Amino acid sequence: MLDIQTRNAALTALARDRILILDGAMGTQIQALGLSEEDYAGQSGGCACHPASEHPQKGNNDLLILTQPQAIEDIHFAYAMAGADIVETNTFSSTTIAQADYGMEAAVHELNAQGARLARRALDRATAIDGRPRFVAGAIGPTNRTASLSPDVNDPGYRAVTFDDLRLAYGQQVRGLVAGGADIILIETIFDTLNAKAAIFACFEVFAETARRLPLMISGTITDASGRTLSGQTPTAFWYSVAHARPFTVGLNCALGASAMRPHLAELAGVSNTFTCAYPNAGLPNAFGQYDESPDATAAQVAEFARDGLVNVVGGCCGTTPEHIRAIADAVAGHTPRSVP
Amino acid sequence: MTRYLRLSGLEPFTLTPDIPFVNIGERTNVTGSARFRKLIVNRDYAAALEVARDQVENGAQIIDINMDEGLIDSKSAMVEFLNLLAAEPDIARVPVMIDSSKWEVIEAGLKCVQGKPVVNSISLKEGEATFRHQAGLCLAYGAAVVVMAFDEDGQADSFARKTEICARAYRILVEEVGFPPEDIIFDPNIFAVATGIEEHNNYGVDFLQATRWIRQNLPHAHVSGGVSNLSFSFRGNDPVREAMHAVFLYHAIQAGMDMGIVNAGQLAVYDQIDPELRDACEDVVLNRRADATDRLLDLAERFKGGAREEKQRDLAWRDWPVEKRLEHALVNGITEFIEEDTEAARQMAERPLHVIEGPLMAGMNVVGDLFGAGKMFLPQVVKSARVMKQAVAVLLPYMDAEKLANGGEGRQTAGKVLMATVKGDVHDIGKNIVGVVLACNNYEIIDLGVMVPPQKILEVARAEKVDVIGLSGLITPSLDEMVHLASEMQREGFTIPLLIGGATTSKVHTAVKIAPRYAGPAVYVLDASRAVGVVSALLSPAQQGPFVEALRAEYRDVADRHERNERAKQRLPLAQARANALQLEWQGYDVPAPRFLGARVIDDWDLTEIARYIDWTPFFQTWELKGSYPKILDDPAQGEAARALFADAQAMVQRIIAERWFGPRAVVGFWPANAVGEDIRLFADETRAEPLATLHTLRQQHAKREGRPNVALADFVAPEGSARDYVGGFVVTAGPEEAEIAARFDRANDNYAAILVKALADRFAEAMAEMLHQRVRRELWGYAPDEAFAPDELVGEPYRGIRPAPGYPAQPDHTEKRTLFRLLDAEAATGVTLTESMAMWPGSSVSGLYIGHPDAYYFGVAKVERDQVADYARRKGMELDEAERWLAPILNYVPAPTTALAAE
Repeated sequence: MLDIQTRNAALTALARDRILILDGAMGTQIQALGLSEEDYAGQSGGCACHPASEHPQKGNNDLLILTQPQAIEDIHFAYAMAGADIVETNTFSSTTIAQADYGMEAAVHELNAQGARLARRALDRATAIDGRPRFVAGAIGPTNRTASLSPDVNDPGYRAVTFDDLRLAYGQQVRGLVAGGADIILIETIFDTLNAKAAIFACFEVFAETARRLPLMISGTITDASGRTLSGQTPTAFWYSVAHARPFTVGLNCALGASAMRPHLAELAGVSNTFTCAYPNAGLPNAFGQYDESPDATAAQVAEFARDGLVNVVGGCCGTTPEHIRAIADAVAGHTPRSVP
Repeated sequence: MTRYLRLSGLEPFTLTPDIPFVNIGERTNVTGSARFRKLIVNRDYAAALEVARDQVENGAQIIDINMDEGLIDSKSAMVEFLNLLAAEPDIARVPVMIDSSKWEVIEAGLKCVQGKPVVNSISLKEGEATFRHQAGLCLAYGAAVVVMAFDEDGQADSFARKTEICARAYRILVEEVGFPPEDIIFDPNIFAVATGIEEHNNYGVDFLQATRWIRQNLPHAHVSGGVSNLSFSFRGNDPVREAMHAVFLYHAIQAGMDMGIVNAGQLAVYDQIDPELRDACEDVVLNRRADATDRLLDLAERFKGGAREEKQRDLAWRDWPVEKRLEHALVNGITEFIEEDTEAARQMAERPLHVIEGPLMAGMNVVGDLFGAGKMFLPQVVKSARVMKQAVAVLLPYMDAEKLANGGEGRQTAGKVLMATVKGDVHDIGKNIVGVVLACNNYEIIDLGVMVPPQKILEVARAEKVDVIGLSGLITPSLDEMVHLASEMQREGFTIPLLIGGATTSKVHTAVKIAPRYAGPAVYVLDASRAVGVVSALLSPAQQGPFVEALRAEYRDVADRHERNERAKQRLPLAQARANALQLEWQGYDVPAPRFLGARVIDDWDLTEIARYIDWTPFFQTWELKGSYPKILDDPAQGEAARALFADAQAMVQRIIAERWFGPRAVVGFWPANAVGEDIRLFADETRAEPLATLHTLRQQHAKREGRPNVALADFVAPEGSARDYVGGFVVTAGPEEAEIAARFDRANDNYAAILVKALADRFAEAMAEMLHQRVRRELWGYAPDEAFAPDELVGEPYRGIRPAPGYPAQPDHTEKRTLFRLLDAEAATGVTLTESMAMWPGSSVSGLYIGHPDAYYFGVAKVERDQVADYARRKGMELDEAERWLAPILNYVPAPTTALAAE
């Protein structure tokens, strides 16, 4: 394995050379496995060597890193073989804040470290086959609390979570990811920029402790018709708020599908002086919560981002599959990456 | 990227060269504003927020917030105020400047803002180590910094000290800390001048010179300052202070000061200052003469208390009717007048409740619409909900009093709402927002949190006697949990309303999967802005009945439509569609034989008579006038145009008749016929022994609702061996003359008349088809000899039998015209020919079949599958790819390309 500086340089060189491919949805793939409560909790085979909890674990997708590691590794591998250069760890909710809902706070370090190792293993398997370098992005979700909105009507000044709560929780997560060998830290699905700023701060702290700086990817989400984040920022305001991270990429993910994302992505691409990254959902969910946009349909829209010079990294979010990633990789292959102003 | 200072609140702020000067609002500074200090000390944060709002409305591009006051806990005041400010989108849209002399207050503030703020300030006062540490933290928190010209030896007052300190700070920041130089703002200290102390006289000049030096020697850095310090010695004399500020800024901006802490609402315009005063101020600021201070002091008395025009907020909306005022306040989140406006509305209303159900709900609906249209964003909606809450609070005592007067108990809340994110799902942000909005409207919220098992929801609902249950979920499996809970509510005998919300939920899912499981109302709520309207309607005794009834009707409709759409997507195998063919009763079917068999030309046409059969509605449609005749003539919007057009058409019809413009022709024929599957076999004579031709039809192949057949035209004709049946055919045309007449009008540049004559020719052809069909029913076939419909009654097709045309929905295959034309020898009889794409020429021609069964009706074949097309091609003796070409618009599959077929 290359040392960190060499890997960082390789990543940047690759991104200059062509549009890089990020993987697709984890949740959709896990859902397809049809796992039971016992499968999640690791009581029916798999591995049960994790802290016990009173709470039901079905739906705690991150826990599968410990209880169904082979299944998770295989999903990573499928994405790698579908053409992903960067694969995200299955650690979207692996913070003490998000795991509190499942009583699994104690497992957080293990989730992150093991999550990064699993992804590394899958990517090494893929690289052994085709020789292409691949990168593990340690995924950091927003948690389900907002640092700049009050959930209490009678007290708009109240905060259910503070910057320091988040900073500590994210710090723990990032330490785990770094210990497990993540190449990149990806702060994603940001709906409240203050949460993301706490994550950035935590990354800086860990980088200072370990004396090595990993590239950051920062990805917001815009779900309002108004074109703002949940906490009310415009895309440009969002970029100004996180630019101090000097990230490897800034971009958008999730939300309402590629076409709805386009104007906001174009705005970001116009104002940011770093690489951009976009990984939309496979369109809008249908009335029954399923995504039915075909790989070709998603890829065609993502190819438009590429054609118009808006992106350096592309991938998929909710509802996308390895087939989507393969189609996206094929569709952007002929396009030059966005040139960073 | 150009190195501009880039800051953000909810919106971005970029300091480009187009902006000569950035106004930083100073009134939210306890050291600068006595009023603000008093509000903060008294913890009157609502009024304190108004001060911030005023500044933004008055044009402050950044607001400076300072809580350095000995009597208060500055750190907690900073945190509390910034958190409150974040809930005010019209203030939070601009970046903040976190201002304190205490680093711990600054750091606490940095942890509260999602945008990119400015820290005011850091300096070398406590040495380089502290300076470096604090600068590094500013970088990690993502803030720009103001650096005071202050070092270990104190505050810099001379040009030399100012520039030396700033240069040193710049080097440390840029070279050692890695701070972006464009994010550095120097404050070279504005001190009071005209104090009577001689050493102070040059402070203005020192500042101006230092500013110029910084901008020239420290690339990308900016210069700011607290302007009001300058005029400190003229406290109490605002006109003079403002004049001094204006004069100072005028010169400082030229020197390169591009930001300043100013009272955005009180900036005099340099050019409009009294010249004498301006001159005196300039002397002081630029230290131009020794007696400058004395001269300004002399003048000052004269200008004291001079009328100052305070910039007025736009309050024109205060003159609007009360309903509009309430709406304006809700949409814009203005609480200032809400109490008096609500009271005014209450006095006008019959009952206090009517104010809520009337103007307030109307206003919230506007908010909902704007949110849906992307014209408002979430924090603004939450703000509107708070205004609503204040309005409701005004009404509550009256509503309670009303209840008591009616012998009831005063009720404290509008209702109890239980909210929960369902089992297996941890997403609750949307749910929390709905909770906030509902609580703002006086509903008591019992929030059970996330991953709540159904039994717990029902237990609490029963124990707390809640009025409504609201479920939320974001992930797909949550949808099933909601269905499950609805069934459980039904099983346990609940009847209270169930609200469904969350990103994956939908009206369709609620209507199709949830509502049918629960006898009580199950309501999909699109977003937080709709929650109040729905809950208030559900809990209002007056509105509940009609609301639920309308809802059920809507959901039934949604569910039906969904079912139809789903069915429309499915295709049955041909055999299955055939098994569900229409079964008419043929036993004892007795239809008279037509008066003749074979084809016969009809040439006794009377143009006057045809004109009576014209259906004018399609005529108006040709001209893009939508509406049915004759109502369209009185239509308020289109009536005038329609009447003029109709008059022209009538005039032309008169000429058509009088001058015999058209030579109408027609041919009609009848043949003994019986169906075999989807084919209709025609025979030469009654022996039905000698086959004459076969008409091919197509069968509907989409999945049908129970009891609805998959019909083909052949189903309307007696099957072979059951009964004696007949089928007719016809071709009518208004004649080829239409084209020549239109060409003549075109040549005379009268395009209007050319189009008119073509449109009328079409109408004549259609009228002929209608007339001929009536004659067939009454006389030529004669199965309805007594039919007596007037021409205008025929439009609704009340009569027995149909005349489907090839190329139309019941038989989409145009090539069937070939058979019809051959049987009728139509070309020779009428002059109508078929083009290679099977269109009839002249255009004003109509053809079709006659089917006489009383139960025959028009239908659409809709999309068909490959199995039927293959079968159809075989029956017709056509190649599959040719059949696919003619049927292309109705294929439910992508035909294999010909090359691929050839390769097989």
